[in-house]
Amino acid sequence: MANYSTSEFRGGLKIMLDGDPCSIIENEFVKPGKGQAFNRVKIRNLKTGRVLEKTFKSNETLAAADVVERELEYLYADGDFWHFMDSDNYEQYQADAAAVGDAVKWLQAQDRCQVTLWNDAPILVEVPNFVVLQVTETDPGLKGDTSGGGGKPATLETGAVVRVPLFVQTDEKIKVDTRTGEYVSRVKD
Amino acid sequence: MSAVLRIDWRPGASLQTIQARAQLLRRVRDFFAARDVLEVETPLSGRAFGTDPAIEPFVVREKSREETWYLQGSPEFYMKRLLAAGSGPIYQISKAFRQGEIGRRHNPEFTLLEWYRPGFSASDLMAEVAALMQDLLGTTPVVQSCAYAEWFTHILQLDIFAADVAALRACAAAQQIPDAADLGLERDAWLDLLWVECIEPQLPPDQLTFVTDYPASQAALAELNPQDPRTAARFELYYGGLELANGFQELTNVAEQTARFHADNAQRERAGQAMLPLDSRFIAALQHGLPRCAGVAVGLDRVLMAQLGLSSLDQVLTFSAERA
Repeated sequence: MANYSTSEFRGGLKIMLDGDPCSIIENEFVKPGKGQAFNRVKIRNLKTGRVLEKTFKSNETLAAADVVERELEYLYADGDFWHFMDSDNYEQYQADAAAVGDAVKWLQAQDRCQVTLWNDAPILVEVPNFVVLQVTETDPGLKGDTSGGGGKPATLETGAVVRVPLFVQTDEKIKVDTRTGEYVSRVKD
Repeated sequence: MSAVLRIDWRPGASLQTIQARAQLLRRVRDFFAARDVLEVETPLSGRAFGTDPAIEPFVVREKSREETWYLQGSPEFYMKRLLAAGSGPIYQISKAFRQGEIGRRHNPEFTLLEWYRPGFSASDLMAEVAALMQDLLGTTPVVQSCAYAEWFTHILQLDIFAADVAALRACAAAQQIPDAADLGLERDAWLDLLWVECIEPQLPPDQLTFVTDYPASQAALAELNPQDPRTAARFELYYGGLELANGFQELTNVAEQTARFHADNAQRERAGQAMLPLDSRFIAALQHGLPRCAGVAVGLDRVLMAQLGLSSLDQVLTFSAERA
């Protein structure tokens, strides 16, 4: 693939660094008028999600990373892999546990996920910000308590456990914010 | 059709800023008219460029004569030829071009105010720079002056005259500059890195600071200080951490000047940069005799940024590189 010079660095550019695909977050050009130019760069490692800072001499180059983001539909898990499909061309992809990461807590068949592909293989799976899941188990709590104060744990159909208000009952569906893992509301069918 | 609508064709500068620039240019011209300094124009292109390894030219192919031309990185050599020809004090407001310099504080094409004062010392000229800046920046910001090496002593407890490359690298690592351990830099590039990462951000905010007596290895076109030849009669002006100007007690010695051109080209070769032709007409002018003088170049776009309290050149240029 192509190389990118520091002067082409901009937010969102995908490059290879120490063997890992990375995305540039921020790039600042610094240079004393009569001196060496540098690029101060913030980079996210797309495999680990870690953000690191780098200093480059200007005009250094890095190899481009073959990274694309696709919206894929989650199909099923077979114990080793999680399977996704591109509904435009029916192409299927399998993601390993490292790529699925925390998303596993929220994944449900037919979810449309943002999947980062490196050399055509998933390296990062992002679930929608909000998902609706059924409560499979929670203490009955007190009938008639609608204040929501206090709360209690509830196990969802994916196995995730979230704190819900006391009035939420087994078999009800709730909306959860996957970024914080917090209960948002009850959902009536 | 919708694709066309999404293209950002508008200027980066607001109308108010465009008016402030016109006002700024007027005040600069008034300032020099009152002091009997002559406004001049010199070409924006030419057969020579200068050899400074830190400045890369835009190269233009002149087809009719099969020649390589350069867009000027500063009007310095042309203006010195005017001085050698007996112009007396002169100033110029012109565009300068430097390849690859793009960022919040850099644009490959920018506006330079450059002036020369025969008979002035560097400190005479610094006083005049301060007077102009206080006029342009509206208020009367404090002016402080401190030698380049002293900043390293104050902020990094580092004696730059004693420190070798290993000591500079260790200092950069101790300051937690990312990748300090892996960067392959020449000595002056280490100083540059420490300067931009550790010292520039510490310069006193909202005031004018002169940095003086740069190390001889960074003399550029300045004379060495006779009382301490480890340093050169070169100064820079900062507003807070924003570099605004660079000035010299101008080197007039033709042999020394030629030697520096060759040293620059040798450094260019080491770094894999193109070597650049020496400006034979400039050298001939020096041979004829450049009057003893001091000169300075001010980045007017940055002055406008400082005056308006803006953080990016894109806000003070009609069409910065990203919009050109």
